Amino acid sequence: MSSPHRGQRVAVVALAFALAAPIAAAHADPLVHYDVVDKAIPQSLTGVPGDPANGRKLVIDRARGNCLACHEMPIPEQDFQGTIGPDLKGVADRLTEGQLRLRVVDAKAITPDSVMPAFYRTDGLYRVADKLAGKPIFSAQEVEDVVAYLETLK
Amino acid sequence: MKYVIAGAMVAAGLLAHGAVRAADAQTGGDGLGKYIVGDKRSGYVFAEPDTRAMQDDDFQNPGMVWVEAGKQLWSTPDGAAGKSCQTCHGDAATSMKGVATHYPKFNPRVGKVIDLEQRIDMCRAKALQAKPYPWESHELLAMTTFIKNQSRGMPMNVAVDGPAAPFFEKGKESFYRRRGQLDLSCASCHETLEGRHLRADVLSQGQTNGFPTYRLGWQTLGSLQKRIKGCDKQMRADPHAFGSDEYVNLELYLAWRGNGLPVETPAVRK
Ligand code: HEC
Ligand code: HEC
Repeated sequence: MSSPHRGQRVAVVALAFALAAPIAAAHADPLVHYDVVDKAIPQSLTGVPGDPANGRKLVIDRARGNCLACHEMPIPEQDFQGTIGPDLKGVADRLTEGQLRLRVVDAKAITPDSVMPAFYRTDGLYRVADKLAGKPIFSAQEVEDVVAYLETLK
Repeated sequence: MKYVIAGAMVAAGLLAHGAVRAADAQTGGDGLGKYIVGDKRSGYVFAEPDTRAMQDDDFQNPGMVWVEAGKQLWSTPDGAAGKSCQTCHGDAATSMKGVATHYPKFNPRVGKVIDLEQRIDMCRAKALQAKPYPWESHELLAMTTFIKNQSRGMPMNVAVDGPAAPFFEKGKESFYRRRGQLDLSCASCHETLEGRHLRADVLSQGQTNGFPTYRLGWQTLGSLQKRIKGCDKQMRADPHAFGSDEYVNLELYLAWRGNGLPVETPAVRK
């Protein structure tokens, strides 16, 4: 490649960095590290026990978990529960805590073409609404809260 | 994917409502026959009987208000040229019959596919020398609904070959592209999950033969692009702008998926 071209490319790269830097800072990766072992995340994301009552709220909240859009759960006061995924009654008899945790964190790590959203993931997404960009649906502690709630479904 | 979900459903002992309905519908025994063409099913098939009844009776169908308003606008001169639509096209009942079944359609003047709304504004600019009607304005909805209503009962029949082909391909790509914080595509809900319950909604095929549609949820009539924006928001995605190429191409793909379904405009939906 001739040198004027190369010069141009350096300039473009420099500009890209200048633009990218503040954005990267604003959306600094907020996810805690976790290890997947045999299609499960055996360790708590936070080390702080989850609060099942808050987890129950999160699975109902349409702006947050909205799990009832797709799943039936033993939450009798909520009408119109979805029939897209399996009924979650008794799910803790079928799955271990670690399996439940990976399912909530990133269902696609188990079933790549699942329609179930990843609740603790920010990469590989396209055209996320501005105010949500770079943010996972749940915080690490909220994942633990939801897992704690699912653990009550025996 | 289909198998994964189907397996999960069977394992969980769930039989989707929609599957039962679809089976009913296939027999054509409940008057739904004309809304089912091969494996294509209009949103009418998934609608509640009350909602269907409201659509079927012109005196009850709230969308007819827009048809009437459009009829008035059709013959009312507007713009610097002092013309109305009628000046060039005469009686819409003849000149516009079947026209909407071909939209979105490739337009050689702009070198891309345009939808019916854009075609209306093109005539306003060129022939009437009038200002465009803004998206979702009462006038644009009225004119679009009036014109599409002239094709009511006729099969949708958009062309996707020739110059339309690259736009169709883009629309198809958009239909299958996962997006938003929920990482879903149009196909996730309207292909893979057809007939399943998403909370209180039964997922339909997302057919477009009834648009502009009166939605009880909106308490007004709206364009297809308004509906698509709503679905984008459900996926927690950043919607495109009204009139954007992305949405027009997607509209073309959606129309093609429903080729053969009868125009219902104005449809009534939940
Ligand atoms: C858009 C649909 C959708 C949403 C929203 C959704 N899920 Fe799921 N979920 C599914 C589907 C479909 C499956 C079946 C397996 C698969 O395809 O991944 C599933 C499977 C599961 C399973 C495994 C069940 C079993 O018996 O193996 C659990 C646990 C679960 N989901 C929990 C949740 C929780 C908790 C939430 C909300 C925080 C949630 N899901 C939100 C669609 C969804
Ligand atoms: C999370 C689920 C979901 C996704 C993803 C989704 N939609 Fe929808 N859509 C719905 C629901 C719910 C309705 C209302 C019930 C129905 O007709 O399915 C609807 C309705 C529609 C309708 C109206 C159908 C009629 O008969 O009036 C169209 C058209 C449509 N969607 C197109 C799209 C397009 C295009 C996309 C992708 C950009 C999309 N949808 C993505 C849930 C979704």
